[in-house]
Amino acid sequence: MEIFVQQLINGLTLGSIYGLIAIGYTMVFGIIGMVNFAHGDVFMVSAFIALICFLLVTTVMGITSIFLALAIVLVVAMVFTSLLNWAIERVAYRPLRGSFRLAPMISAIGMSIFLANFVQVTQGPRNKPIPPMVTDVIVLMDNGSYQVTLAWKQVIIMAITAILLAGFWYLVQKTSLGRAQRACEQDRKMAALLGINVDHTISLTFVIGAALAAVAGTLYLMYYGVANFADGFVPGVKAFTAAVLGGIGSLPGAVLGGLLIGLIETFWSAYFSIEYKDVAAFSILAITLIFMPQGLLGRPEVEKV
Amino acid sequence: MSDTLTATAPVATARTDAPMLQVRGVKTFYGNIMALRGVDVNVYKGEIVTLIGSNGAGKSTLMMTIFGQPRPREGTITFEGRDITNVPTHEIAHLKIAQSPEGRRIFPRMSVFENLQMGAAVDGFAHFDADLEKVFVLFPRLKERINQRGGTLSGGEQQMLAIGRALMSRPRLLMLDEPSLGLAPLVVRQIFDAIRELNRTEGLTVFLVEQNAFHALKLAHRGYVLVNGAITLSGEGRELLERPEVRAAYLEGGAH
Repeated sequence: MEIFVQQLINGLTLGSIYGLIAIGYTMVFGIIGMVNFAHGDVFMVSAFIALICFLLVTTVMGITSIFLALAIVLVVAMVFTSLLNWAIERVAYRPLRGSFRLAPMISAIGMSIFLANFVQVTQGPRNKPIPPMVTDVIVLMDNGSYQVTLAWKQVIIMAITAILLAGFWYLVQKTSLGRAQRACEQDRKMAALLGINVDHTISLTFVIGAALAAVAGTLYLMYYGVANFADGFVPGVKAFTAAVLGGIGSLPGAVLGGLLIGLIETFWSAYFSIEYKDVAAFSILAITLIFMPQGLLGRPEVEKV
Repeated sequence: MSDTLTATAPVATARTDAPMLQVRGVKTFYGNIMALRGVDVNVYKGEIVTLIGSNGAGKSTLMMTIFGQPRPREGTITFEGRDITNVPTHEIAHLKIAQSPEGRRIFPRMSVFENLQMGAAVDGFAHFDADLEKVFVLFPRLKERINQRGGTLSGGEQQMLAIGRALMSRPRLLMLDEPSLGLAPLVVRQIFDAIRELNRTEGLTVFLVEQNAFHALKLAHRGYVLVNGAITLSGEGRELLERPEVRAAYLEGGAH
């Protein structure tokens, strides 16, 4: 029982991070029908931006309040990652719009390789550590031999994720920007006829997706304490799996899928085999694609018009 | 078409002012297929102009070409003296040209209200409440369905929503692509009455594409007949209605 509760906490934490990344996949797929294979690497780059910024803030600027430092790091990572993704879209995807369907996807794979190698060359191939940030834990249960703990950083991750998702939900559902975004997703030509600048809206989608990935990257760095150039691929594919499981194109689906993948992975590691935890996540991808390609909350292909 | 009459309507020749919308020698291609073969159309301010023609004649292509989707390969399109042939589609919309397009193109996963909000975006929501009220007076059905998703509306309701959405932008030129399609005769009459009323009271300029030639020509000041991507006839609405070739081609079976 104690192990179960502990894994539940760990799984939800990890799932929050996957969910934040998955939104970027699902939004881009929704609006231009492209799987953005570089998104995982954008997440990885954001972790490095956060790392550099964290070291600058704590050592050079000498800020000691961990929450202030975290807030600064979050904002800086979001801004720079958004700029990066905006530039990537302009350079690597927009010129290929209207080309055949696979072209931007291949370009995204190229961008993914470029980002991973760029970071490897400039930052080195080894893990880059940061000093532990928030180390306090709350003991929830204690039966003498096993303690169930909730780390403060887990609380921070879940709280920031929840606040961010609420804000994001409001943006998409209630503002005219969000409405323009959804309009482009549903019928780009009609959106243009109504005066919506479709190119701007697509750029905006990349910016929002990157901002959320940057939050995930910062939280990931805080949680594990290290960043590595290869950290884009596996978390990226898992977040993609989350998006597919939830129903690609569906925003609540991305969050739900993220949480589920986080939970599945953690429980699998705890009860079966930690070596094969990635196999669990990718088996889910295969099973979903074979038996339920529309995902949990995805819409069926046919729509009444 | 044995004798193609390209007689310009007396109304058009009498006017000395520049047309609000001027389409000159427009040729539009889909791949190698020429869908429009040099079309000339004028719409003057305050007019209702209709374009009639059978399926596949190129009516909707002309409507979309005016918005640059697709761009014409030859010819020019000017609106209020400005050449808009190569202006981006969303900027054309900001010149206050609104279209209720072929296939209605309602946003299926947005509510009726949100669809109407999308229409008002060009106008900056300055007159949103008043315009919404007007649309609801015109189509009370939309008010009942206000929170329903666009994709779940019936065809007729979607048609009303498409027209309502176009009106929400306070257009200077309203372009309607087959507004009568899929509607009950009573509703068709209601919509055509509404167009006439908007034209008479507010001076709204309307460019109307119709297969329902009888109603359209009765409503319009002037009309054009499009056959195989080329204008074969033009003239006053009632005058065209009298033409034997128009009657034979588009009005067999009488008024419907």
